[in-house]
Amino acid sequence: MTAAEVLMILGMTGVTFGVRYFLFALAERVRMAPWIEASLKFIPPAVLSAIILPAVLLPRGEWEISLSNPYLVAAVVTTAAGVMTRNLLATIAIGLFAFFAYRLIAFTF
Amino acid sequence: MSDRRREFLSGARDTLPLLLGAFPFGMIYGALAVPSGLSPAATMAMSALVFAGASQFIAVGLVAAHTPVAIIVATTFIVNLRHMLYSATLLPHLKQLPQRWRAPLAFWLTDETFAVAVRRYARKDSANSAHWYQLGSSIAMYVNWQFWTLLGMIVGDRIPDASSWGLDVAMPVTFIGMIIPFVKTIPMAVCILTAGAAGLLTLGLPYKLGILASALAGIAAGMAAERARRKPKGARAA
Repeated sequence: MTAAEVLMILGMTGVTFGVRYFLFALAERVRMAPWIEASLKFIPPAVLSAIILPAVLLPRGEWEISLSNPYLVAAVVTTAAGVMTRNLLATIAIGLFAFFAYRLIAFTF
Repeated sequence: MSDRRREFLSGARDTLPLLLGAFPFGMIYGALAVPSGLSPAATMAMSALVFAGASQFIAVGLVAAHTPVAIIVATTFIVNLRHMLYSATLLPHLKQLPQRWRAPLAFWLTDETFAVAVRRYARKDSANSAHWYQLGSSIAMYVNWQFWTLLGMIVGDRIPDASSWGLDVAMPVTFIGMIIPFVKTIPMAVCILTAGAAGLLTLGLPYKLGILASALAGIAAGMAAERARRKPKGARAA
């Protein structure tokens, strides 16, 4: 490992753990306003959605809204599977399978 | 079986589906890191110490672009800020625990463990040992991540074009699976659609700042929708 790598990993470890631990460390001294508490339930879906849409619609950095975009096809199949099965393992398995199966078919024909 | 043991095991078990989503994700990180210019030791050290999939991916991309260390660290900070939002959500359930519990649970806090643990804490039964459930989920995620990083590195070394397989699809697929149980109310749907649209509009922002900005927009929209719904129906014009 080079010195720059050691520095990078120590820095990344420090900021990541710092962000994750900050509120836990202060626990007793933190009091949240009611409106902040009410906003918490929106956080995970909001963050995930902001990551999902660009990853699916611009998988290679360019807009690809078409059937030749396997990421988009997999996302649609995953959503349908999630709504129908309500089972996380089945949803992820079906989504991954759809992606690779569709790519195989699309590349073969 | 003791309460703690049962909680630990069911936390690990409920995380199994997410391990499936993390496996291609970990593999492609391992396969991409060395060709991008990271040494094998640094590749493993990053998984073992940083343990944050999305920012590890981004760091690898920045290493390949010869980005200065200070910018890589700053980007990691911004991408991981969402974890502070997660810890704020979990805080009410963990604040009675000693620091020797809080520190490791913070170190292992990921999107996946958060999503699993938050549903456990929502059930009120035997909440005294529910942190063992989170620990079980954390350790399952951690071991899984190290294993697939290592395997990805080995596979990437043997099969040079592994990075073109499209394994990165695992991230959106897993996240879609995680988001669906949340979509139960109109404000939640408003929040998700707004955050997604904002995510597309803010792609031009540097250092992945768009993720944070879009999340804030989604949260604000969700809260506005909730407030609008709570207004009495009689307020409508006659």
